[in-house]
Amino acid sequence: MATALRRRVDPAARFEARAATREAPWVKWALLAVALAFFTLFLLMPLIAVFIEALRKGWETYFSALVEPDALASIRLTLLAAGIAVPLNLVFGVAAAWAIAKFEFRGKHFLITLIDLPFSVSPVIAGLVYVLMFGAQGWFGPWLAAHDIKIVFAVPGIVLATVFVTFPFVARELIPLMQAQGREEEEAAVVLGANGWLTFWHVTLPNIRWGLLYGVILCNARAMGEFGAVSVVSGHIRGETNTMPLHVEILYNEYQFAAAFAVASLLALLALVTLGIKTWVERNAARSGPGAQDEATAP
Amino acid sequence: MSIQVRNITKRFGAFSALDDVTLDFPSGDLVALLGPSGCGKTTLLRIIAGLEAADGGQVLLEGEDASARHVRERQVGFVFQHYALFRHMTVFDNVAFGLRMKPRAQRPPERQIREKAQRLLELVQLDWLAGRFPSQLSGGQRQRIALARALAVEPRVLLLDEPFGALDAKVRKELRRWLRRLHDELHITSIFVTHDQEEALEVADRVVLMNQGRIEQTGTPEEVYSQPATPFVYGFLGAVNLFHGRVDGEGVRVGGDLLPGTARADGPAEGARVMAFARPYEIDIVADDGADGGMAAKVSRVLSFGVTTRVELEGSEGQHLEVELTRERADALGLAVGQTVRLLPSNLRVFEYEEGAGI
Repeated sequence: MATALRRRVDPAARFEARAATREAPWVKWALLAVALAFFTLFLLMPLIAVFIEALRKGWETYFSALVEPDALASIRLTLLAAGIAVPLNLVFGVAAAWAIAKFEFRGKHFLITLIDLPFSVSPVIAGLVYVLMFGAQGWFGPWLAAHDIKIVFAVPGIVLATVFVTFPFVARELIPLMQAQGREEEEAAVVLGANGWLTFWHVTLPNIRWGLLYGVILCNARAMGEFGAVSVVSGHIRGETNTMPLHVEILYNEYQFAAAFAVASLLALLALVTLGIKTWVERNAARSGPGAQDEATAP
Repeated sequence: MSIQVRNITKRFGAFSALDDVTLDFPSGDLVALLGPSGCGKTTLLRIIAGLEAADGGQVLLEGEDASARHVRERQVGFVFQHYALFRHMTVFDNVAFGLRMKPRAQRPPERQIREKAQRLLELVQLDWLAGRFPSQLSGGQRQRIALARALAVEPRVLLLDEPFGALDAKVRKELRRWLRRLHDELHITSIFVTHDQEEALEVADRVVLMNQGRIEQTGTPEEVYSQPATPFVYGFLGAVNLFHGRVDGEGVRVGGDLLPGTARADGPAEGARVMAFARPYEIDIVADDGADGGMAAKVSRVLSFGVTTRVELEGSEGQHLEVELTRERADALGLAVGQTVRLLPSNLRVFEYEEGAGI
């Protein structure tokens, strides 16, 4: 991050060095102070607070909160949900982006809009939809009950809700990238005798790899951190249907602050790791040519 | 390999891109598909390659119907207008790509692939760029790499889509000569698409002129230039003067003037509305001595640099006309701006009037 930032700031440094273009020092320092104060108050302090609170009662309590069976179960469930949702959305995202960027078909704009649905709808609503569909009183409730299949208030419901919420990340990342790259390289590969799979593997995938990785990282972060939709379908059964965010909430409501913050610190660590990888991916994407760069600078 | 195109039609929605096109490309020739943008030339090229499917008709490769054959089995080399080099691969890997993608049974060993890619890079005189990425090359270099990549799989046909379209004028001229030389060495049947008449006439063995999805004329550059078959071809190839009038005996009556012409038995009937064409060098200027014959015009500009003298004139109905004379002839006439003269076409070509045809 630091080097990338310095490189970008370079023209500003030149601007700053010239007397003719330099601003008054107080402007610079005032702006810096505002930005830093805001950053400290709203971002840095909460992050530090998580770790301080987690460790308030010492390392022993911290670790015992993490290895406690319910906590371990919640970690396992979170990993499971992300482990299913991310690959599914990876495949779906590539397929959808491919379809939208490389083919003409009716209803294309509708599909693009539909992909954004999970972003625009509140996660709670998303969870409720699944309850209405698969719950005991839902559309498929009686049929599911008759076949002894449990979706809502069970692991499948949590996975479904996670998939729904993290649906758009990969596709959204790839569509503009693939649209910008066009079809010519793939056509060239086919004319040169490559079959569909080789074309995908040697031409399409290398061209989108950084965008794809970027999408997967964001997708994974959201899958592990999702609260709203999962909360509705979970039923909060300890050790069974609690993901990490839900487990944190339960501990907190039971005034087990140290334990709650211990589990929360794991999520915070995950966020930090995600940010680190994301920065690394962005730098690589920026280096690997103009097509990839567009995607790295996009939000 | 010979290519035949039989009754190809292609529509994009309501737009007719190709309308019953039939063509023969003899083996070993370098053919130019020439026409204005939107005339269907690129679509035809893509249909021959198999990148686009025709709505009707056949493409015969070596006399064999290729309509059902997949692009990768047609053994064509295709050079894209914007080169379509694989941006994440080095120049060398780009050239070797076609060989590496062959099914295991047909794939040469890696050592042979490397040798061949190296030879091709030498052929296009860019072996010193083998380790670079496409983004580090100039337009002309990319074009040559794209060509080397297409040649690597030993295609039976080479198809080039606006091969020089994206290059600046100087590089374009160089590459044009270079492509011609390369074709003379390899003798591979080649078709290239262009909208630049000079390019087509200079490089190709045969020129196919297209307009609005139809073939207007095919022939050698010499044939299409000196004997244009349609008003469109006349207007598209080189500068030309156009006169609207009616057939009058052996000539064409334009307003009050009579242009002498060479009447043909199969030409338009007496009194028919016609368009008559003459190239700037096919018109002579004579002093206006009150005699009949020829068309009255007023000199508006005399450009006498270079070998010939170009005279711009305004016709009796306000039309812009251009005449090219030898220096001696122009000096003898002593033309002055504003002077009234008479124009005598030495080779007037007459076509039945068509709405929207010609220039």
